[in-house]
Amino acid sequence: MELNELLAIAKQERSQAKPVQIRCCTAAGCLSGNAEGVKHELEAGIKAEGLEKDVEVSGVGCMRLCCQGPLVQVDTPAGSKLYEKVTTQDAFAIIEALDGGKTHISEIDLSQPFFSYQKPIVLENSGKIDPEKIQAYIAAKGYQALYHVLREMTPGEVVESISHSGLRGRGGAGYPTGVKWATVAKAKSDRKFVICNADEGDPGAFMDRSVLESDPHRVLEGMAIAAYAVGANQGYIYVRAEYPVAIRRLQTAIHQAQRLGLLGSQIFESPFDFKIDIRIGAGAYVCGEETALMASIEGKRGLPHPRPPYPAESGLWGHPTLINNVETFANIAPIIRNGADWFASIGTEKSKGTKVFALAGKIRNTGLIEVPMGTSLRQIVEEMGGGVPDGGTAKAVQTGGPSGGCIPASAFDTPVDYESLTNLGSMMGSGGMIVMDDSTNMVDVARFFMEFCMDESCGKCIPCRVGTVQMHGLLTKLMQGKATQADLALLEELCDMVKNTSLCGLGQSAPNPVLSTLRYFRQEYVELIQEYLELIKD
Amino acid sequence: MTVKTLTINGQLVSASEEETLLDAAQAAGIHIPTLCHLEGVGDVGACRLCLVEIAGSVKLQPACVTKVNEGMEVYTNSDRLQKYRRTIVEMLFAEGNHICSVCVANGNCELQDLAIEMGMDHVRLDYHFPNRKVDVSHNRFGIDHNRCVLCTRCVRVCDEIEGAHTWDMAGRGTNSHVITDLSQPWGTSQTCTSCGKCVNACPTGAIFYQGSSVGEMKHHREKLDFLVTAREKQQWNF
Ligand SMILES: Cc1cc2nc3c(=O)[nH]c(=O)nc-3n(C[C@H](O)[C@H](O)[C@H](O)COP(=O)(O)O)c2cc1C
Ligand code: SF4
Ligand code: SF4
Ligand code: SF4
Ligand code: FES
Ligand code: FES
Repeated sequence: MELNELLAIAKQERSQAKPVQIRCCTAAGCLSGNAEGVKHELEAGIKAEGLEKDVEVSGVGCMRLCCQGPLVQVDTPAGSKLYEKVTTQDAFAIIEALDGGKTHISEIDLSQPFFSYQKPIVLENSGKIDPEKIQAYIAAKGYQALYHVLREMTPGEVVESISHSGLRGRGGAGYPTGVKWATVAKAKSDRKFVICNADEGDPGAFMDRSVLESDPHRVLEGMAIAAYAVGANQGYIYVRAEYPVAIRRLQTAIHQAQRLGLLGSQIFESPFDFKIDIRIGAGAYVCGEETALMASIEGKRGLPHPRPPYPAESGLWGHPTLINNVETFANIAPIIRNGADWFASIGTEKSKGTKVFALAGKIRNTGLIEVPMGTSLRQIVEEMGGGVPDGGTAKAVQTGGPSGGCIPASAFDTPVDYESLTNLGSMMGSGGMIVMDDSTNMVDVARFFMEFCMDESCGKCIPCRVGTVQMHGLLTKLMQGKATQADLALLEELCDMVKNTSLCGLGQSAPNPVLSTLRYFRQEYVELIQEYLELIKD
Repeated sequence: MTVKTLTINGQLVSASEEETLLDAAQAAGIHIPTLCHLEGVGDVGACRLCLVEIAGSVKLQPACVTKVNEGMEVYTNSDRLQKYRRTIVEMLFAEGNHICSVCVANGNCELQDLAIEMGMDHVRLDYHFPNRKVDVSHNRFGIDHNRCVLCTRCVRVCDEIEGAHTWDMAGRGTNSHVITDLSQPWGTSQTCTSCGKCVNACPTGAIFYQGSSVGEMKHHREKLDFLVTAREKQQWNF
């Protein structure tokens, strides 16, 4: 395939577009509300009315406000409407109203902060294109960045460009992506691998799933660019079995890309070969940890091993391996297309670009948001999220999942970036954001996350295997009002010990939810202890 | 072979670049506590008892899998490390059922030795009192999972020295346990050669010779050492 052929596909796809578009969200959130059925009804209705020539019904990716799903967007030359909570019975009314008439179905105001504060880079195609159609991705400028890279840039220039953009890993720790790529590129080996980490196991998080379900080709393109930059010819996407829709769409995307010669051998008539295979994880949180993930791909038990050696030196089967998160790869093509300077101009000084969050909890608008780094928590929780329903007040927001912590409402003016969140004792993590209101007991929150870590600990190292059980026991004792000051002291001692002695990131960060709630809500722990003292006094 | 010089607890030590901090320390007569480490088989860095402090790094590193480096400044017995180690040993006592007075390994047990070394006179943590099994289906050996510390020494010795790979791990977190073959009674295992290497590798009284009573379980680690040296260096003298 040559560039003109790619552009021809894009042109043809655009010229075939019908004047009226009905887009049904077919990402997991809406699918669970029977979006598939809605789409069927709409298609049948359009056919019955003989409108097929002018109206196209398509399934698209997540349209963000998942709590109001299934969502259906209607684009006519006169404007756009976004319908919420659409049922199969509503299809007829939507079709009737295509000429601008009113319906009984409620519409979502597209000018509210929830939408207007978003800056889609990763999600630029999400909700717009059909994820199962490669032509749709190509029409949205897809694979042009890959062409540019393979035909007009050296691997060194690509690495340089990613470094210059300031992109940092979106999988949690925020390690500079350019530095990681440069390390793998420099490693000497005749075989190298690229891995996309799509294991996403944090409770409440669905960013990576959404990207895969809404725009899988963008991830493939990012991986291919990375592979060229570091000198790899084989890629793996490690995705959890709980994500069947994402897996199916990835498979479709890989087949389509192979058929067009965008994956496989001599891509874009260049000497570069790159193949991608999917590896399905059986659903263990620890398999998101890179060394455990690689063991799992190799067909072994998903156990982490000590680093160094780092994957960049010795990864899959001992070969240098680049491992990045889904969202990290999804940022690559736009950076190449629009330039590193463009990307570096978005966000804060040390955290560039945007971040996708899965906004959930005690809040009016829950769903997927993509905001520039530096957006404040207040803007996200109060304006985009619309605050706590039924007159409650937000007490804290939990970020970073089981590795993160709770940030109190008093710190809501903090800008969201890697350093600020770490300074508050939490972390960016992969992007789960759970809002808690006044009715939430923070000790209980800490206990919930500890239970998660206890269940997900692989059991290999002692501090994590036994420490999480002990800490969970102490938190339970606190909640039952049976704990003393000595128990609290022991809990704090175990937090310190487990954090500093565990083998992998799971154990090292498992105490974080306890430490952060102790830091901001210590009073709640103390109250539970005092209750007990009162009780035994009587 | 490049030689590296480093200091351990202020003492100047030299080692070849292939050596680990544990090797270097042992050669210099500096003791670092270990449990999952076993001479002759691969290291897994799982027990975390050998963690040491390295100047210039905030993270503690396991001596058994960390290679020596030129100019490294290593500390092996700070108060902080001692406290962590003691807690690790306490955790193991709280996790299984370790009632030494009725144990075959009483007096010949690495876990017991560690507890003594750490000055662990009581356990501050809650005991789990897990309901674990005992398997005496093998005609010569037995395993009492209550005394297993999940060090995987049996797994590695069986795989790497005997080549049978009878042992493996199953379950995760606190449900982790060692299994024989596809989690079947040891006595029905098709792969076990009854060589007894796991019996000698086990640091505790978990794997034992049937018929041994309290305090009788002697571990012959030197037999494993002998086999490894014999194979690797072609030296056959005991
Ligand atoms: C217990 C544990 C679970 C993790 N789970 C994930 C995950 O689900 N997805 C992910 O991308 N990274 C996860 N990570 C981080 C990865 O190990 C790794 O750092 C990341 O994929 C690197 O990609 P990045 O540089 O693009 O962020 C996890 C780390 C730990 C310690
Ligand atoms: S920290 Fe936990 S999850 Fe990580 S190796 Fe240790 S036991 Fe396994
Ligand atoms: S295995 Fe060791 S620590 Fe456990 S009961 Fe036996 S002698 Fe005591
Ligand atoms: S049976 Fe013994 S050697 Fe095997 S894991 Fe348990 S304690 Fe270690
Ligand atoms: S899943 Fe449909 S809007 Fe997010
Ligand atoms: S001996 Fe090093 S971690 Fe166990």
